[in-house]
Amino acid sequence: MEIDLSAPILAKNDSLAAANRELFDEKGVFVLDLLASPGAGKTCTILATIAALRDRYRIAVIEGDIASRVDAEKIKAHDIPAVQINTGGACHLESDMIQRAISVLDLESLDLLIIENVGNLVCPTEFDLGEHAKVMILSVPEGDDKPLKYPGIFQVAEAIILNKYDTLPVFDFDEAAFREAVARLNGKAPIFPISATKGDGVAAWAEWLAARIDGLKTR
Amino acid sequence: MHEMGITQGILTASMEAAEKAHATRINEIRISVGDMTDVVEDALQFAFEVLREGTIAEEATLAVTHVSPKSRCTQCGTEFSHDRWDLLCPSCDAFLCEVVEGRELRIDSIDIDTDDDIEEQG
Repeated sequence: MEIDLSAPILAKNDSLAAANRELFDEKGVFVLDLLASPGAGKTCTILATIAALRDRYRIAVIEGDIASRVDAEKIKAHDIPAVQINTGGACHLESDMIQRAISVLDLESLDLLIIENVGNLVCPTEFDLGEHAKVMILSVPEGDDKPLKYPGIFQVAEAIILNKYDTLPVFDFDEAAFREAVARLNGKAPIFPISATKGDGVAAWAEWLAARIDGLKTR
Repeated sequence: MHEMGITQGILTASMEAAEKAHATRINEIRISVGDMTDVVEDALQFAFEVLREGTIAEEATLAVTHVSPKSRCTQCGTEFSHDRWDLLCPSCDAFLCEVVEGRELRIDSIDIDTDDDIEEQG
């Protein structure tokens, strides 16, 4: 006997993500899911974003890593609330982990929640966490061919941060080829070249994010 | 290796539906996977072999239908097929396209046996 299901495989994850999103909307918290390879500069980009926006918005961070509390401690050192999720080996975050993490945050007193996903260009792409936007970071040393090798993540990203832009002169990174490959995959996503540790270019990225946060508030 | 989580999702949803229908056994689970997802069929099949053990899907097969990508141009409305990398509209050269097919991760149907089936056969 055949039973027709026509159901999303990730239905459980998706429904928990929808519940998370409903809660974020109700509390007026804009949630960003930040994706990148290990070492692309996710934590540094978060710190630079905090520096640019902390006078205007109340910010908290969820750090996703396979192990350790290193990243959450870095964020907390800047007097920003941070929750560390250790996946214990899992290569991406799922919506139930976010549900548990936000239970210890005071959403009422937040405008922006940044989720740093596990460093990985493949797995986090498929999992809705309840965020309002997925944004990815590629760093210059990783190479301009990454959109061709990992098309999925470039397609789901609503904006793409090109970090370590100050190292462009020492790497063989063809920026025109990179932009062309991204445009063919995702013509809507703006690209923000930044140097997170130096602050160059961060203002343009922060303004894009600020517009999205304000957009949620006025909705 | 997110295929493990995806396969667990396939089994959980299939078993729920099978139990509702009072199934004694799941013979086949049919799924659709879009070619634009980063899901590897070999890894799915491997995870399925591990996770189905000790369940009513222990001897089930996992039948995977691959869905090739298709997009609609937001500028001129043309629908077109494409590969994973090139979403350029063939009619107006715009890059502003929406994917309409190719991102599926869907359970289409399951084939089950129930006690009734066995009685009928008997």
